[in-house]
Amino acid sequence: MNTMNMMDKALNTTTTKIAARNVNVYYGDSHAIKDVNVEIDANTVTAFIGPSGCGKSTFLRWINRMNDTIDICRVTGDILLDGEDIYDKRVDPVQLRAQAGLVFQKPNPFPKSIYDNVSYGPRIHGLARNKAEMNEIVEKSLRRAAIWDEVKDRLDAPGTGLSGGQQQRLCIARAIATEPEVLLMDEPCSALDPIATAQVEELIDELRASFSVVIVTHSMQQAARVSQKTAFFHLGNLVEFGPTGQIFTNPEDPRTESYITGRIG
Amino acid sequence: MTDLSSSPTQPAAPENSLLTLNKRTKARNAAERRFKAYGIAAISVGLIMLLVLVTTIVSRGTGAFQQTFVTLNVELLESKLDKSGQRNIEDIKKVTTFGYAPIVKSAMKETVNGLGLQTGLKSKELAGLLSKSAVAQLRAFVLANPEQIGKTVEFRFLAQSRVDGYLKGRVTRESIENDKNISPEQLDLVDALVAAGVIEKSFNLDFILGSDASDQRPEAAGMGVSMMGSLFMMLVVLALALPIGVAASIYLEEFAPKNWMTDVIEVNIANLAAVPSIVYGILGLAVFINYRHLPMSAPLVGGLVLTLMTLPTIIISTRASLKAVPPSIRDAALGVGASKMQSVFHHVLPLAAPGNLTGTIIGLAQALGETAPLLLIGMVGFIASNAPETLSEGLLSPNSAMPAQIYEWAKRADPAFYERAWGGIIILLLFLVTMNTVAVILRRRFERRW
Repeated sequence: MNTMNMMDKALNTTTTKIAARNVNVYYGDSHAIKDVNVEIDANTVTAFIGPSGCGKSTFLRWINRMNDTIDICRVTGDILLDGEDIYDKRVDPVQLRAQAGLVFQKPNPFPKSIYDNVSYGPRIHGLARNKAEMNEIVEKSLRRAAIWDEVKDRLDAPGTGLSGGQQQRLCIARAIATEPEVLLMDEPCSALDPIATAQVEELIDELRASFSVVIVTHSMQQAARVSQKTAFFHLGNLVEFGPTGQIFTNPEDPRTESYITGRIG
Repeated sequence: MTDLSSSPTQPAAPENSLLTLNKRTKARNAAERRFKAYGIAAISVGLIMLLVLVTTIVSRGTGAFQQTFVTLNVELLESKLDKSGQRNIEDIKKVTTFGYAPIVKSAMKETVNGLGLQTGLKSKELAGLLSKSAVAQLRAFVLANPEQIGKTVEFRFLAQSRVDGYLKGRVTRESIENDKNISPEQLDLVDALVAAGVIEKSFNLDFILGSDASDQRPEAAGMGVSMMGSLFMMLVVLALALPIGVAASIYLEEFAPKNWMTDVIEVNIANLAAVPSIVYGILGLAVFINYRHLPMSAPLVGGLVLTLMTLPTIIISTRASLKAVPPSIRDAALGVGASKMQSVFHHVLPLAAPGNLTGTIIGLAQALGETAPLLLIGMVGFIASNAPETLSEGLLSPNSAMPAQIYEWAKRADPAFYERAWGGIIILLLFLVTMNTVAVILRRRFERRW
């Protein structure tokens, strides 16, 4: 039995975490994402690159159904998380979002204490039975987000009082506190300076051990630095998807080549 | 060569020199200066108006807080008040206020004689200096303290409103020529009694805490009972308008689908805020009194009508404060797996609370000062003589409200009521200023920055 579990786990790590099949997204009349097929592996960092408005952030938000709140939005095709269609009628988006944490472009800590920011997710999902367990979760999450040493003496201070880079790492800590399986990051470094960016990138690489990370970025260097797989979106199409090294050194599609060499975008 | 200013052949400044203003810049600067002047003028006019308003109210209204009192030693004659001498309370109660009149008259007469004042006035005219409420005051005292019968007790009676007006300068010897209520001889006596210290002006707590009085006794009229009426109405408004208003705005702002129906609702709420308040009054009359048969003149009905009137204000301000919470906070909550309701109640609502509270307090202040709807449900013109003692009595027994009381006083004939109307306005304004100050302080204190 044990070995079976082990086998399962080993199998899972090499298999697909998220699979998108023929996904089309419409905002009213505009066709934002056209027939996208992509497979995101577990324990890898997958980068979505492409010019502004190409649909990469939209696609990311579809993975944890944040666009449900937008009425005019419509999606066709399947997005599978661990083989289950997340747009199935029986799926409650709240439950899904606990498994697919989202980190936003602009750091958006709650105007509460650092401790409350991190403990909020575990609290509403009932992950801690008592105060001690909660303390443990908060410390663990802050450590994994590489911000523990900076804030351990002022957990009661407001999260909004931190610097931009610290706020973003706090938001990452908040997202991983609920132990999601997938961590979705929407341009997490676009509001940060190079030093904070470097810290967050380092963090992303460490998080790969526990999560499957999807990162949307405008910076091709960043995609090259942190990701193992890269998807290039252009005008709503998934132009090319493959190992990062291949995309950046030997792209198959001429549009990808034009974009990474700076001729379009 | 380096000293340019000494050179007479220095070329003229270029046409587009930055050192000289061109025509367009001059015109623009002038327009800006004019606009600033208009703004300052507008603010000055506003401030002057405010100043005039406040000085008028204060100068006319402060008199109401002072009242003229007559201090008399009254001998509570046993022969008049308790003929049997048994101190049986039922026997004492049989003596009506008319029975107390001779006692007051003789007390007045003795005081005048005791001071050695010469006057040709009859004892009835002497007692006429006192308020008509004096006998009632005396009777109430005797009924409460029957053991005092037979003794001489010092009393402070209210002076009649003409005497009060004479001391405040409202009544003059010229103005009373055709006045049957007072004669120049009586005023002579008043002068003498003031000199002797029997008649004096002092602060009158009864104006703030007492009940309204009939047309003949303006000196005894007070705001207290109508204040209770307003208080109970505000309790109803707060208990109904705040939860309904907040729930409605949360639903409309956060949960409702955006379609033509919610658009219609939104437009109508904005329109309702501008509906004249008398319309709410007639609605309240039709629905609550004629259809539901709730009691007339009751603060409960007044509160229900004012709730209808206040709801749009509260909904609009609460929606505005909910809208002001950045969407990133909602995203953040949803992103960690909070449900829509959790994101609203854990994050959005606490951030919107200061704005929401401010809106509620301003809505309440608006309701507190509203008169027109109360006209139609019978809360104007009603004189409640006793303050309500229980919650249900306060809600259901007929009462007035502060602005209705002011309106009532302002339309009465006796000029003594006019002063009380202004005094009532001071009290009402103090309430409103306090509420608005609390609103501002709450907003300042709890406003969060993000």
